[in-house]
Amino acid sequence: MTPAAAPAVDETTRVIAGDHFMLGDHACAEGALAAGLDFYAGYPITPSTEIMEHLAERLPTVGGTFVQMEDEIGSVAAIIGASAAGARVMTATSGPGFSLMMENIGLAAMMEVPIVIVDVQRASPSTGLPTSVGQSDLFQVRWGSHGDYSVIVYCPASPQECFDLTVAAFNAADQYRVPAFVLMDEIVGHMTERVAIPPVENIPRVRRKRPNVPPGSPDFLPFKADEDLVPPMAHAGEGYRVHMTGLTHDERGYPSLTAQTHEKLINRLVDKVRLNADRIARYELLQTEDADVVVVALGCTSRSARRAVALARMQGIRAGMLRPITMWPFPKTALKELANNGMVKRFVVPEINLGQMSREVQRHTPLPVTRLNHPGGAMITPNQILEALAQ
Amino acid sequence: MSAGSIVVESHPADTLMRADRLPHILCPGCGIGSVVHTYVDAIAESGIPVNQHVCVSGIGCSGRAAGYVNIDSYHTTHGRAIPFALGIATYRPDLHVTVISGDGDLTAIGGNHFIHAARRSVALLVLCINNFNYGMTGGQAGPTTPLSAMSRTTPHGCWERPFNLPFLAQAIGASYVARWTVLHVRQLRTALLRAMNKQGFRFIEILSPCPTGFGRPNDIGDGLSEMQNYLRRCEVNNEIDLRAVDIDLTQQDSPIYVGDFVDVDRASFRPQVVHRAGA
Repeated sequence: MTPAAAPAVDETTRVIAGDHFMLGDHACAEGALAAGLDFYAGYPITPSTEIMEHLAERLPTVGGTFVQMEDEIGSVAAIIGASAAGARVMTATSGPGFSLMMENIGLAAMMEVPIVIVDVQRASPSTGLPTSVGQSDLFQVRWGSHGDYSVIVYCPASPQECFDLTVAAFNAADQYRVPAFVLMDEIVGHMTERVAIPPVENIPRVRRKRPNVPPGSPDFLPFKADEDLVPPMAHAGEGYRVHMTGLTHDERGYPSLTAQTHEKLINRLVDKVRLNADRIARYELLQTEDADVVVVALGCTSRSARRAVALARMQGIRAGMLRPITMWPFPKTALKELANNGMVKRFVVPEINLGQMSREVQRHTPLPVTRLNHPGGAMITPNQILEALAQ
Repeated sequence: MSAGSIVVESHPADTLMRADRLPHILCPGCGIGSVVHTYVDAIAESGIPVNQHVCVSGIGCSGRAAGYVNIDSYHTTHGRAIPFALGIATYRPDLHVTVISGDGDLTAIGGNHFIHAARRSVALLVLCINNFNYGMTGGQAGPTTPLSAMSRTTPHGCWERPFNLPFLAQAIGASYVARWTVLHVRQLRTALLRAMNKQGFRFIEILSPCPTGFGRPNDIGDGLSEMQNYLRRCEVNNEIDLRAVDIDLTQQDSPIYVGDFVDVDRASFRPQVVHRAGA
């Protein structure tokens, strides 16, 4: 059933195919439109605001719904509701707003309602440096809500990736019925570069799995998973009469407050991503074929690291880079393969926080890990990384 | 019919209730069951196809309402039923979305969403089951706890002035405002039917006994006693100035005004769709 509010959409106005010189935040917004965004609810916050402003302009022209909410808690609640009614949804924020969203991120995980949240990181904690870069939400995005649940998190390093990975986040959210995140940083969000937007037929669109029995069928259990651990999703108003709750629930969706039900449900919610981690994880390897020191960097820091690897190579240092494109699931298999290939002697982890990803790297290798940290407000320069590689 | 056949296998409302979830978890004497019953009666009578009704609730005893109605129903987080429902009602304006909420859920943690949804005239029917306390958490004070009332967090009596919810709802732009109690089931059903067929943000406060959390510490007695209290004190006045409908439980003889207070026409919130020439 199509929503009564949405007129037929001309997909060519939705997807502005071609080459553009584009802000990262705007590329993210265009990626959402290309992915089929139907409903955006948000609250302005630096440095994510350009995403919202761009969608305020663009989304109503392609038949979508844009709502400026009273706060971030309302924003995420609204997109969960709209997604439960069948919409492809997104909101965007930065650290302080992201913290406010955490409770309802758990609700989306528990209800298995697909949502996409963009966090353009600034220097934190608290109000921190609102207009300057940070990368200190790496753990909050994974563990910020209470309890055990799974998420998928993409970390763009360029405006092009802001576009591409936003599309990927929509597809991952729908495929696995999980909250999916685009974890940007201020530098990437406010960077203007060439963005190539493919024609609409080349935009991958994975739609959420839908019930294969008619409404009213006694066989339909809204939370009975298929073999891939993902249940088909019925939307509000389709006649399936679903009940969704943040309480621990059985396959009917009914609250069932026993340890057995909880164990079965929570394990499945976590395993949806855990057991598919190698399929979901994305990363880039740069000159690691013969590397004996590997820098692990993401987002804007990977751009400095790329330069540092080139400089190191000029000095005869056999440096390489592993760039996680998904921070979660972390590309641990790729990391372990490097760590176990007999050539790599150590890792260098530069990041704009006081040591979050380095902890994840250490967890997967006994090799030495050199930390290179800045708490935020400035990029880590290629020369700083070069020094760490040369040690 | 023999004397032993009082327990029946089915009830006329069964198709609209998740009867397989009964018995419910609510205490003896609680009024929430009456609200749910009246709500499903109104759904059946509304003339709106059952599958176009959606129920969204928050947390607490009233939050459990969504779990017992056999329509698309969403039991969300504390205070966030309204923005969740906004997402459904805005994306699917053909659906009739009702929020069933408790007083703390709606007007403490959810107070900001309440005023902004009304300001926007979001197409929601919001029911506030007001039992003057946080029932499920064990009887703590909330923003509707009357002055001097006893609770687990006001052991010396509540000294904060409570919300006057009908006045608030009128001030922030509700197109329909009513107050009834669970004693007034016929009036409540009529109010629900009128509200279901109106646009914009509609609000009904439903006073409900909570003998466990509120009645006992305030010497009101059991659920029946609270209902008798309503019977004795409630006065129907549809025309009253809503500044005067505060509830004062310390003045045992003061009236509790109930009625269909506000009924105006306001178009429902519809986010803009921009059609460009040639687009």
